[in-house]
Amino acid sequence: METTFLLNGETVRVASDPTTTLLDWLRERRGLTGTKEGCNEGDCGACTVMVRDETGARALNACILFLPQLQGKAVVTVEGLAAPDGTPHPVQSAMVAHHGSQCGFCTPGFVVSMATAHLNGRRDFDDQLAGNLCRCTGYAPIIRAAEAAADALVPGHLAAPPELPVAEADPQGTAFRPTSADALAEWYAAHPDATLIAGATDVGLWVTKQLRDLAPVAFLGGCADLKAITVTDTEIRFGAMATLTDVLEAVRPHHADMAEMIRRYGSVQVRNAATIGGNIANGSPIGDSPPALIALGATLHLRHGPARRSLPLEDFFLAYGKQDRAPGEFVEAVSIPRQPDRLKCYKLSKRFDQDISAVCGCFNLIVTGGTVTAARIAFGGMAGTPKRASAVETALTGQPWTEATVRAALPAFETDFTPLSDMRASAAYRMEAAKGMLLRYFHEDQGTSARVLEVRA
Amino acid sequence: MTVHKPRPHDAAPLHVAGAARYVDDIPLPANTLHLAFGLSTVARGRVVSMDLSAVRAAPGVALVLTWRDLPGHNDVSPYPLFREPMLAEDEVFYLGMPLFLVAADSHLAARKAARLAKVEYEELPALLTLDDAIAADARFEEGPRIYGRGDLAEGFGAATHIVEGSFEVGGQEHFYLEGMVAAALPQEGGDMIVHASSQHPTEIQHKVAEALHRSMNAVRVEVRRMGGGFGGKESQGNALACACAVVADRTGRSAKMRYDRDDDMMITGKRHDFRIVYRAGCDAEGRITAVEFTQYCRCGWSPDLSLPVADRAMLHADNAYFIPNIRITSHRMITHTQSNTAFRGFGGPQGMVGIERVLDHLAHAVGRDPVEVRRLNYYAAPAGADPATPQPGAAHRFGGAHSPKDWLPQPQTTPYGQEVEDFLLHEMTEALLTSSDYAARRAAIAEWNAANPLLKRGIAFSPVKFGISFTLTHLNQAGALVHVYQDGSIHLNHGGTEMGQGLFQKVAQVAADRFGVPLETVKITATDTAKVPNTSATAASSGTDLNGMAVKAACDEIRDRLARFVAERQQADAATVRFADGRVHVGTESFPFAEVIRDAWMARVSLSSTGFYATPKIVWDRIRGQGRPFYYFAYGAAVTEVVIDTLTGENRILRADILHDCGASLNPALDIGQIEGGYVQGAGWLTTEELVWDQSGRLRTHAPSTYKIPACSDRPPVFNVALWEAANREDTIYRSKAVGEPPLMLGISALLALSDAVAACGDGSVYPALDAPATAERVLWAVRRVRGGA
Repeated sequence: METTFLLNGETVRVASDPTTTLLDWLRERRGLTGTKEGCNEGDCGACTVMVRDETGARALNACILFLPQLQGKAVVTVEGLAAPDGTPHPVQSAMVAHHGSQCGFCTPGFVVSMATAHLNGRRDFDDQLAGNLCRCTGYAPIIRAAEAAADALVPGHLAAPPELPVAEADPQGTAFRPTSADALAEWYAAHPDATLIAGATDVGLWVTKQLRDLAPVAFLGGCADLKAITVTDTEIRFGAMATLTDVLEAVRPHHADMAEMIRRYGSVQVRNAATIGGNIANGSPIGDSPPALIALGATLHLRHGPARRSLPLEDFFLAYGKQDRAPGEFVEAVSIPRQPDRLKCYKLSKRFDQDISAVCGCFNLIVTGGTVTAARIAFGGMAGTPKRASAVETALTGQPWTEATVRAALPAFETDFTPLSDMRASAAYRMEAAKGMLLRYFHEDQGTSARVLEVRA
Repeated sequence: MTVHKPRPHDAAPLHVAGAARYVDDIPLPANTLHLAFGLSTVARGRVVSMDLSAVRAAPGVALVLTWRDLPGHNDVSPYPLFREPMLAEDEVFYLGMPLFLVAADSHLAARKAARLAKVEYEELPALLTLDDAIAADARFEEGPRIYGRGDLAEGFGAATHIVEGSFEVGGQEHFYLEGMVAAALPQEGGDMIVHASSQHPTEIQHKVAEALHRSMNAVRVEVRRMGGGFGGKESQGNALACACAVVADRTGRSAKMRYDRDDDMMITGKRHDFRIVYRAGCDAEGRITAVEFTQYCRCGWSPDLSLPVADRAMLHADNAYFIPNIRITSHRMITHTQSNTAFRGFGGPQGMVGIERVLDHLAHAVGRDPVEVRRLNYYAAPAGADPATPQPGAAHRFGGAHSPKDWLPQPQTTPYGQEVEDFLLHEMTEALLTSSDYAARRAAIAEWNAANPLLKRGIAFSPVKFGISFTLTHLNQAGALVHVYQDGSIHLNHGGTEMGQGLFQKVAQVAADRFGVPLETVKITATDTAKVPNTSATAASSGTDLNGMAVKAACDEIRDRLARFVAERQQADAATVRFADGRVHVGTESFPFAEVIRDAWMARVSLSSTGFYATPKIVWDRIRGQGRPFYYFAYGAAVTEVVIDTLTGENRILRADILHDCGASLNPALDIGQIEGGYVQGAGWLTTEELVWDQSGRLRTHAPSTYKIPACSDRPPVFNVALWEAANREDTIYRSKAVGEPPLMLGISALLALSDAVAACGDGSVYPALDAPATAERVLWAVRRVRGGA
């Protein structure tokens, strides 16, 4: 199929297999070898590129970005950061001056992430660069460089939004590029074996690591109506194609702790691509958004052709690898009721940033007059699916909100969960940590400091 | 002067532009073949049958080879007494071992085809853990190596406190950002040019020659740079280079191989994990009377570099402490897993963390601040610095305000008999404790902990004394080749490789200084076995020490010729000729450097020279464990503060303060870069970086999604690094000291700080005994232990 996009200011029209990645194309076909392959799975950031469209500039991992996802967009690689006259970008100069490169292999990815953050006026560098791994410097000089360049003006050639190319119609149509939910629904009902590609942060690995052939595929990036996030007096509704970046911003005023959890979900590059619908639909037992959404009482909205149905999110996850989704049916949206913010999300992983949770526990307890009147508690990483802690909820509900109640409820975790041991954590640790999270929720509610991320030297 | 200056990395402008060329970026002919290995899916077994028909039939496949198809030696081992097949023959020895080789028209096609083999194995019992290997007594060498001195029984008899323990220290994946890669370009007459991401071009040359059954002069290996090495590219890139050469030789087409990240982690070895069993005694004040270590080192399936790694672990089992009675027993165990290999520190970190654990445990036993117990046991600061010949920055170090009162007139010796001649840690410790405000912070932390029921802080100090030299004495040599062209520009080549450490820039600074020209006059060129032969690996922190001296020798040879030429022309004494400020000064006159060069060329003066250097003073008997294996020691010290969560074990570094000894730093910016990066890498090794194998021997942490090196926010938010400015007492290049490996071990302070925080959770009666890596899970279990919950 053909894809038209702007590459460092030049319009290119590329015929490719639908699952050719931007990284492979840049390096192997285009001869642009500045963008590096470090892991080929979106975890190291060495392949970071800047992608611009009407919604702004985003850093993305080129290794799990399929060419058709770039239709009508503008791509800036490390080779495109310097001005046309060769003047380095301020972040490039700062990285040299502050000794921010050693072996240099991660450096192109870093400078593209830094230039994107710079363009967007972001100064939360630890977050902006969480998706870029460096094994040499210990990061300190890179952060010094980012800080030193922060006040520099955006170079002229990047300051104005690019003139996006008009995407020409694909003459072949070996992959489907719907532009609305209606079009998708009709096509998918007719092609129920197809693979739907939203952000490709998971599907990308099916190609780069599992070496699968995915045809037929549909790229959902053109479905603007699936990206909407709407807030009404009664609910917040996330279109399935809303990215985690968009979800983070939308949810922050309402449930700050969910936003904080999403801040640690993947990395900037991953959140810019990953969608909330994908995170739910792939049915992973360790996806981070389902436990938070379940704790908030989320409703999932599914669609098959013209038919729609809704169900409580927790009911979607039937068993490991099995969801309540018919062939040709897709996630259209997920919604949560408006409510007072009692949600706390505890994401436990070996590394704080950009790591898959060993356990993700989300707690939403209503306490009225000193008594627990309602409890919604959901976990990822504790079972084959995201799952509510029903026995724990029962043990708490109706009881006085005291440490004694909490401690009395702890054995109920054994009723709710039989976690597994794997490379992230042992079963015993998962169980103890889950119990610890309930204690933390209680103590935080009493005003006790309980977060290592909030401690300063 | 171009030395002692904080010049940026020479390639930094190229790095940031994406213009620095790595092996995978080198343009190759369009018909280049791309290679992939097919890997064993069992940890140990006999290959009963191997059906490769689907592999051969896969799209794009040009060639599939098994060991039977190889023209030369099927051996990629760096260890001369062991054959390590590039392609498994009748038996496989680990899950991930290469079995066959696919050459296809693209990287992806080769990878896809490699998965289509149908291999039947007769599975054999595999030794996967240290316990398995110990039970089977599966080991390299005939028995354990034992080093030591004194009388253990006497030492323990004199002890008032004795502690015992068994300490697990995990391995570490290198995670160089650039995975393993090599390319081979066939030449006329069977010659081969190889580009490799390798720390050891000469060994690549050697192994490729063997693989092709040709002599070494038929093979030229070039290494411009690596995207990180850390020891991982010292020996384990041999397989890729040999595979490329074999395919290129057979097909006449260029061949390139790079491991996908998962393959890289599944195939290549890592830092050796250790079990360190210890028994240690001290007097009532904490002065050590005896230490007995048994080090179990997990080598994996082949020796690779395991024996010298295990030796170095023994040689760092004293770290900074004088131990009168000590025995170190080292077992080098075989398991059917990846062959563990060199990794920054090369066993030193494991040996060092063992004795630091002992010091921590002893301090707990005697109930004193661990810093005080450490200082009590430091090697004496010798009075050896001769005031009559003061060295820059060193003369005031001895007999000063902070010198110990009870120093001995003669230097103390290490357990292996080397005198500790310049023990700097007394003063460095005092300075660091002051600059980091250690005492006040320790008190404040105790107060904070009393007020915080769920979170606890900890703080710890740890020193580093690291021996500099290859313990295999003959490796301590280097060569260089310097040309001055007729326009006055200088072409510099040496045997060291650039992996990010800034070696090329440091050596260029040396060359520029010798000729008194601006740094820009010196062109740094790719390491090339055709220019400088018989090189040692760029390893053991030795790159600048060895190659800097070799380059100096080459430059000085040319400089002396120039001085003689100018002196003769100007009727002056050659000894008075000076090279500075881009000019050649003789008497009251001076001439532009380029002009002198042009004149010298016209006068038929040779403007090219090799240089050579062999480290003096070192002698070492690794069987007896006696001698002077190290030319000198490099020192460092760190204070780290952490916080832990007692409910989940989650933890975080809050602050690190470091004082490190680089001698008279050749380039303070590059040296500080090594220190910051080394600390974070060392802290990662001991905290989040956990390697997990399952019961079938499959490595489950084979990608960055599951193996977690530190990310940006894991660096200490407060991170103070300073250099200890004192010239090396030995005559090293501009009196600098090696800096590649030693800072990694500063990260030990992070593990000790976590232990301190854990200790704060209990009543102090139970020692935390925190294993490494101290993941959140291990921290939580340790918290439970000190609280009596087991």
